Amino acid sequence: MIPKPDLTRLKPYGDTMDDGRIQLSFTLPVPDDERAVEAARAILTAMGLSNPLISWHEALDDRFTRIIAYATFEKGIDYTRIEAASIEAPVMTMEETDQYIRDHLGRRIRVIGASTGTDAHTVGIDAIMNMKGYAGHHGLERYDMIETLNLGSQVENEDFIREAVRFDADVMLVSQTVTQKDVHIKNISELVELLEAESLRHRFLLILGGPRISHELAKELGCDAGFGPGKYADDVAGYMAAELARRQEAAHK
Amino acid sequence: MAELRLDWNKVDKARQAAAAVADNVTEQLELCSTVAVERAICRLFGVDGVDAFDVPLANRLVDHLRTQGVLEAGAAYWLAQGALSTGLAPIKMAEAVAAGSLDLTAHEKHDAFACRLWAKEQAEKAIFRIREGRKTRESLLEKYGERSAPWLYAIVATGNIYEDIIQAQAAARQGADVIAVIRTTGQSLLDYVPYGATTEGFGGTTATQENFRLMRRALDEKGNELGRYIRLCNYCSGLCMPEIAVMGALERLDVMLNDALYGILFRDINMQRTLIDQSFSRMINGAAGIIINTGEDNYLTTSDAYEEAHTVLASQLINEQFALRAGMRKVQMGLGHAFEMDPSLPDSFVFELAQAQMARQIFPDAPLKYMPPTKHMTGNIFQGHVQDTLFNVAGVLTGQQFLLLGMMTEAIHTPHMADRAHAIANADYVKRAMKSLSDEIEYKRGGLLEKRADEVLDLALGFLETIRQDGLFRSLEAGRFAGIKRRPEGGKGMEGVIAKGDHYCNPFIDLFLEEQQDDSQA
Repeated sequence: MIPKPDLTRLKPYGDTMDDGRIQLSFTLPVPDDERAVEAARAILTAMGLSNPLISWHEALDDRFTRIIAYATFEKGIDYTRIEAASIEAPVMTMEETDQYIRDHLGRRIRVIGASTGTDAHTVGIDAIMNMKGYAGHHGLERYDMIETLNLGSQVENEDFIREAVRFDADVMLVSQTVTQKDVHIKNISELVELLEAESLRHRFLLILGGPRISHELAKELGCDAGFGPGKYADDVAGYMAAELARRQEAAHK
Repeated sequence: MAELRLDWNKVDKARQAAAAVADNVTEQLELCSTVAVERAICRLFGVDGVDAFDVPLANRLVDHLRTQGVLEAGAAYWLAQGALSTGLAPIKMAEAVAAGSLDLTAHEKHDAFACRLWAKEQAEKAIFRIREGRKTRESLLEKYGERSAPWLYAIVATGNIYEDIIQAQAAARQGADVIAVIRTTGQSLLDYVPYGATTEGFGGTTATQENFRLMRRALDEKGNELGRYIRLCNYCSGLCMPEIAVMGALERLDVMLNDALYGILFRDINMQRTLIDQSFSRMINGAAGIIINTGEDNYLTTSDAYEEAHTVLASQLINEQFALRAGMRKVQMGLGHAFEMDPSLPDSFVFELAQAQMARQIFPDAPLKYMPPTKHMTGNIFQGHVQDTLFNVAGVLTGQQFLLLGMMTEAIHTPHMADRAHAIANADYVKRAMKSLSDEIEYKRGGLLEKRADEVLDLALGFLETIRQDGLFRSLEAGRFAGIKRRPEGGKGMEGVIAKGDHYCNPFIDLFLEEQQDDSQA
């Protein structure tokens, strides 16, 4: 009989309930010797971890040391008090989403997408929009009830907004792959500011996506929703359909 | 090495179709030059540096001629007129033009023949410096010896050239043979080359001549310590292809990304502009003994790697023909391909192996560039490391030359020092453990691999026949590569294309072609 975890003192699971074992790896900018190993232990202890075990260390160069370590997180956190922002949308297949749009909106949704700013990566926006989609999830182009325009990469925020107006989009999908030095934060903040300055922010459903994007971050930046790793075109389509339907209903009330 | 039985008749036909495609484009574009080609000529003449507003003097000079509507004669012609009248060196003329104290067009009193003579003399000086770089590389390679294939190719991308150097030296120590400095995002769309050492870039570091020089020096130092020659790679592609090729030639880079098709499709650069730029930049790369890398792998990050494999082969064949027309030797053609199939596809590794082996045999002399999985990397670093291992196995078994190391943290961040170390250790292990395996196996006659190779070959041949009929421009317009449509008049940089006038002169074209001729005889 496996004991149940104590949810008010939640800890990681190694091989025994509540053992709190954690795997870590990092590099220290010092030579690889006993002192480096001791320093690694001290870092783990300073992080509030106990029983540090340095399972591997090696020199990456004269003054860099690679550390792989295990340690115990004893304190635990109160799981019952954790809240997470999550997107409330029905999980639907492509056919179901198309039908939902027919039933609730009675017209095709218009979606414009781009990888904006200096970001040259189209992998994300293509995975969501292209006919073929990604990992077996068809892209938005495949949906009968969704009209799409993919502007590709390195689209300036001004151009993106202008094209969205011209396309008469319902939804603006913006993908950000490069996040080094928080370049995506600046870029999306600027997009939101520009939309607000032109009183266009509420005209569009603004959705952010990318490998380092969370729903919470997207909301913080002033977007309506954010989709990160593990989310596919069907998640985005389901959300768009439900949210546009909700807004239409609210407007009629 | 274990080989596939390929239908060489089909390969020959595909190659002929690619040759016709390249001939057609070359013929059309020979009549034009571009602002980037003219700036590259200025740089070869020694015009370096920037004005008070950080505008490169090469840009100031070429803009000076363009705004007066006389660029059709070429920068070399006007510099010759100026030099013959004023006795000033090109850099001094550029400074004077930038200061507003010299108008080059006021000096058109010498005949075109005298101008060409001056230009040729000056050009020979530039060639001398490029030749010196090549000789230095050759003597270092002789001293240390060449490492066996595949060469382990690692990237650095911190944005800060000094941080890049720390990471590059560490990677070299860990076993990397080639260091590529990724460029800052968006640089390919700049119509000038930034100047000086730089410490702020996004997703990479600005390509500047000073950054090239700093990294070259750092790798030479580390190479000396390790007793190995560490190759340095950077990027020509974009709006400044020939200028960056000049910088690479002067600072002894060894490998440069050089692919107009990539710029057209993935950066929306005007096709006429970049194909003209490509031609001259490949002559420069060729004369400098630089290996080019082409970007076919990118098709597979956008399109499906199984369904679109033939577009990669077709593009490799076209790229080979363009490179031949720029005088390059086959040993300088690092044609690109990739290991990008969906891991959930049954037999995906078998198909990858077939395609990698097929490329190896169709381009036996080319130092192929093999790209690791990126599209199907998820953030699950443990799974990612396994995918990279399979990629390494395919690369080693099929004798690829450049093994671009896959990072288990792909899709998370630009590589940490440790990510690179794990990637190198992985590839090193596979390379050592499977050293002789390909000599010990045979591929089954008519088996899955041969069938797959034949299928890709068939599709590539059909694809190339269609491109030959329609021409490359119409094919790009129809979205035949990576599903991306580009118009011949569209994209960035079209305004920088200029029709050559009667007096047009580019003294380097003949000299570079001769240089490569000498080289291939040596």
